[in-house]
Amino acid sequence: MIWNKEMECMDLENLKNIQSERLKKTAEYVYKNSPFYKKKMDQKGVHPDDIKSIDDIVKLPVTIKEDMRDCYPFKLFSAPLKEVSEIHVSSGTTGNFTVVGYSREDIRLWAEVMARALACAGAEPGDMIQIAYGYGLFTGGLGFHYGAMEMGLTIIPVSSGQTKRQLKLMNDFKPKILACTPSYCLYMAEEAREIGMDPRKSSWQIGSFGAEPWSESMRKEIESTWDMTATDVYGLSEITGPGVAHECAYKKGLHIFSDVFYPEVIDPKTLKSVKKGETGELVITTLNKKGMPLLRYGTRDVVSINYERCACGRTSPRISKILGRTDDMIIVRGINVFPSQIEHVLLSIEGIKPHYQLVVDRRAGELDELEVVVEVEEKIFSDEMKSLRALEEKIKKEIGSTLGIFAKVKLVEPKTIERSEGKAKRVIDKRAL
Amino acid sequence: MAKQLNVFIENKPGRLKAVTGVLSDAKININAFTIQDRGDFGLIKFIVSDPEKAYLSLADKGYACAMKDILVISPKDKIGNLCRLSEILLKNKINIADSYGFVIESEKKGICYLELNADDLKKAKRILDKEGFKVLD
Repeated sequence: MIWNKEMECMDLENLKNIQSERLKKTAEYVYKNSPFYKKKMDQKGVHPDDIKSIDDIVKLPVTIKEDMRDCYPFKLFSAPLKEVSEIHVSSGTTGNFTVVGYSREDIRLWAEVMARALACAGAEPGDMIQIAYGYGLFTGGLGFHYGAMEMGLTIIPVSSGQTKRQLKLMNDFKPKILACTPSYCLYMAEEAREIGMDPRKSSWQIGSFGAEPWSESMRKEIESTWDMTATDVYGLSEITGPGVAHECAYKKGLHIFSDVFYPEVIDPKTLKSVKKGETGELVITTLNKKGMPLLRYGTRDVVSINYERCACGRTSPRISKILGRTDDMIIVRGINVFPSQIEHVLLSIEGIKPHYQLVVDRRAGELDELEVVVEVEEKIFSDEMKSLRALEEKIKKEIGSTLGIFAKVKLVEPKTIERSEGKAKRVIDKRAL
Repeated sequence: MAKQLNVFIENKPGRLKAVTGVLSDAKININAFTIQDRGDFGLIKFIVSDPEKAYLSLADKGYACAMKDILVISPKDKIGNLCRLSEILLKNKINIADSYGFVIESEKKGICYLELNADDLKKAKRILDKEGFKVLD
């Protein structure tokens, strides 16, 4: 089904009018309510009156991840704090979180776009959904929850982890839809086989998988392992969380709900728009958010956009699968990890050098594994095995508590991590994404 | 007090060769060594002819190494001697952090290396001396 036919199948001219109207309002709104955007727009010499149509969007300033950091915690909110009804956080590039605030209307909007997303995946009111994304500060769990409520699904809000319980609930309740990270879905198959369960006989028919990059071959593997349809969901907490875009049954790109989230593709070096259909950084403007609207937010995800009408009937443009990143962020088990965060942690620990490398791997049927390779220091190197072990444990613990992720730690000899002239090669990603 | 050299190495082929190569080039003789393994990495512990020089040569090549005072004693090779040695330390509440030993001449002489807490070193030396264990420099 198509959840909001009017918006999702609107002819492009009307869509453009709506986008233009909404952009004008958003520009006025942030100019009036956000000192951050007022300053940015003044600096760029653009006034809300200059925004007459969606095409004028290029006149507006771009917003970048560093702005999120500089505005920590609430300075990017346009709505007063008392009108913000929910706050989520995700990883920042260094010590601080990226904070997002939703007004009551924003939560309703989130529910609306997530309902559209679930409908794209093939959900119908009355279906049962097992939400195995993490609930809490991470937007995955609650985003799906709101959308499923909006659509009228029966929700199992199991959250992530506890695989045996996940499998039992699936087996006993027979939900039709599964929402989790694609690697967790495959991991559950291994567990299922171990307890003598045949994954192909599972009740799941539809999966909405996201929060990490995955490949076409992984899709095939999930579909054949579980005998289900695997679709891709896209989102980032800065914009709203999951529900920014979703694949329909045709699986030819992810429909971005462009009456709400207006997409542009730019060349990350020149910041100029690329030609239609070309690859570049996805930039999104939220067209009717109130808590924390963002103008031209650089997602750092590399995509291309297809504006052709889809066979499913939706006119909303389709973004490709994420083809890469413009920064060195990696996603491990659905958690965003910036090498700079790890560096931050390592710098605070005595006995090691800030020479490090992150090795990410995903063995078949396993979850992502992050290994932090660190050089020990020549001089104050701990000369006892027990203090070396303690050093390892300390690094693990610090990374765990700062990033919320388990990492293996490998201590190596000084000067063994490859030095490069320019940017250090911090990440070795062995996953076939 | 005897000096032990601890060198951090990764557990992969060629590392022992590389470290001993540095010592050999510096004309340093190895009197004893042991390796502690911890999966991905390990510690080599050396007793060498010139610890100072060995330390500087290794540090110069960028190895993570440290020099440590340890106790080396030369007990008689006879039944029950290690038991007696550890009993004496136990009585004095001295913990052995690490140790390795071997026999040089069967039924005559052995060598025992003891890693102790830095604070316990002098005390242990004095006590063992008194108890008739030969402490080497």
